[in-house]
Amino acid sequence: MSPEDLEQIAEDQRAAQGQFTHQVNVCVAAGCMSCQSQSVKEAIDKEIVRRGWEKKCQSKGTGCVGLCSEGPLVSTGPGTLYQHVTANDAGEILDALDGQPGSRLICRTDVPFFQRQKKIVLENSGIVDPEHIEDYIGSAGYGALIRVLTDMTPSEVIQEVVKSGLRGRGGAGYPTGLKWSTVSKAVGVQKYVICNADEGDPGAFMDRSVLESDPHRVLEGMLIAAYAVGASEGFIYVRAEYPLAIKRLRTAIRQAERMGLMGTSICGTRFSFRVDLRLGAGAFVCGEETALIASVEGKRGTPRPRPPYPAQEGLFGAPTLINNVETFANIPPIVRNGGDWYAQIGTEKSKGTKVFALAGRIMNTGLVEVPMGITLREIVFDIGGGIPDSRQFKAVQTGGPSGGCLPAEYLDMPVDYESLAKAGSIMGSGGMIVMDETSCMVDVAKYFMDFCMTESCGKCIPCRVGTYHMNGLLEKITNRTAGQQDIAMLEELCDLLKHTSLCGLGQSAPNPVVSTLRYFADEYKAHVEEKRCPAGVCGSHAAEQAS
Amino acid sequence: MITDFSKPAPPSSDKRWRLVDATMRRLGHHSRGLIVTLHTVQETFGYLDEGALRYVAISLRVPFSRAYGVATFYHFFTLKPAGEHTCVVCMGTACYIKGAPQLLSALQHDLDIKPGETTPDNKVSLLTARCLGSCGLAPAVVYDNEVAGKVGTSDLRQRLAKWTANVS
Repeated sequence: MSPEDLEQIAEDQRAAQGQFTHQVNVCVAAGCMSCQSQSVKEAIDKEIVRRGWEKKCQSKGTGCVGLCSEGPLVSTGPGTLYQHVTANDAGEILDALDGQPGSRLICRTDVPFFQRQKKIVLENSGIVDPEHIEDYIGSAGYGALIRVLTDMTPSEVIQEVVKSGLRGRGGAGYPTGLKWSTVSKAVGVQKYVICNADEGDPGAFMDRSVLESDPHRVLEGMLIAAYAVGASEGFIYVRAEYPLAIKRLRTAIRQAERMGLMGTSICGTRFSFRVDLRLGAGAFVCGEETALIASVEGKRGTPRPRPPYPAQEGLFGAPTLINNVETFANIPPIVRNGGDWYAQIGTEKSKGTKVFALAGRIMNTGLVEVPMGITLREIVFDIGGGIPDSRQFKAVQTGGPSGGCLPAEYLDMPVDYESLAKAGSIMGSGGMIVMDETSCMVDVAKYFMDFCMTESCGKCIPCRVGTYHMNGLLEKITNRTAGQQDIAMLEELCDLLKHTSLCGLGQSAPNPVVSTLRYFADEYKAHVEEKRCPAGVCGSHAAEQAS
Repeated sequence: MITDFSKPAPPSSDKRWRLVDATMRRLGHHSRGLIVTLHTVQETFGYLDEGALRYVAISLRVPFSRAYGVATFYHFFTLKPAGEHTCVVCMGTACYIKGAPQLLSALQHDLDIKPGETTPDNKVSLLTARCLGSCGLAPAVVYDNEVAGKVGTSDLRQRLAKWTANVS
């Protein structure tokens, strides 16, 4: 394939699209899919055939539009979005194509949820059909890869990524350009690129959505990375719990290979790259890079001490580049528009945009992409629409089991890697769970500690034994049988785990406890001294079970 | 040093073992294909029993202890067959905040089993998931591979009644 061939495919695709006067896009990502959007799409297809509109109107299954709570979502053009669509509404939607959009199902798009977002990673989500490579090529897809292969040297690609200031979107925020140049300088005949799609963090579904909505973009990002660091083989480590994402990735890889965009001698150059899928099997610790490597090698997912870092000695002992799904998805636009363009967005140290999965006690649950540096208040109250049932905001939890709970005082804090870390939480992979006064913060801390205890791989003692004891202490507090000495012990264990655990799981496991102790000390006090749970959560499950 | 390169016999004459053999062949019978092979076994047979683990271990030339270690390390692998119907309650953070514990305790009460167990008549298996990624629809429950969002206790009881009614 040459640049001209690619342009030809893109043009053919656009011409084919242009023949239709109308376009009906039905969201077929996992959120809407579980509200039966597949049957909506079938009903619309049937209705188009019944009316004989095959030449006039095209229906297409697309990726996630973002507003998962209002699904199934159907879009019939920019600004016209229908919510809660059922199979029976197909006729009404097609009727409205020529006239005024029907009012009953209309979902307003002039609201902050849509207006305040800035889409880079998700620019194709809800527009492109994830199961057709031509559609992706039609919206400038694989253009960045061709450009890299034809006019850029590997070091120029790395320079561009360094200039963009992109940092790892998996959570830790390590500069991507630096990681790439380390791997490219490492000595080795064989090098590997791994895409970390093991989104084990409960409450996060960004990677799943990107893989389901725009799998080719992730592949393109991986191809560019492989060219830059000199790798010829790659793996995508994806959770087995995401069957739809796996299916679409398999389709995407097959299509890219058929087009000659992946495999041997890509586009007639000497660059070859193949990608294989590896399915995770439900272990949170496999998000840690050395554990992930062990799992790809077919072993138990236990981490090992670093250094040597995977960049020097990773998969099968070879230099390995590991990046998150969202990091790879950022690469094609960076190459296309230049690193300087990307560096304009965001704050001084955190560039670009970040995708967050909004969930919990919030009006608009779903996926949002916002520029770095936006405040939490804007995300929760403007984009998220605030708290339902006129309840009070209590906390927002970021970063999953490794993050912390931030109270209302921090709502005006900008969202970037440094500010979140200073406030005792982390950026994490992008899960954002909002809680109102019906949540007990001690119970939430216990929930996360129970998670870390179960997910601890058991290799190092501080994590294996420490999480068990911390969970026991939190259980005692929520049972209201704890004393002052238990709080002191809990604080001591937090410190111990943080400084002596082998990997990130153990080191960050105390974060939910530390942050709730810091901001919601009165709730701990109520449980310990007054023997009551202010939110009325603790003990209620037990009472229900007994009834 | 390995001296015996003969192919071990599958645990049974079931034709589905050919799928498992095909996976192992594709990966060159290398030990790094252990997890991939176990996925195929579970996908084909629904669970991993001792015979399957021994067969995979011998075929890939890894100690049985390693195959067993991997199978028990990862939550996704199960060593017990599931019941006729499965009900998976998502216990992710968003679902937890929105009342998944209440759903789980209602199920535990109605079915009189704990998560990970199957009812004595082998009709319903109750499982929990760490996170399904359907957080926008919390609380989420998977009934026989079909994800349902915004589930309430009454929906849950209705579904259970349907399952048990079909049976008798």
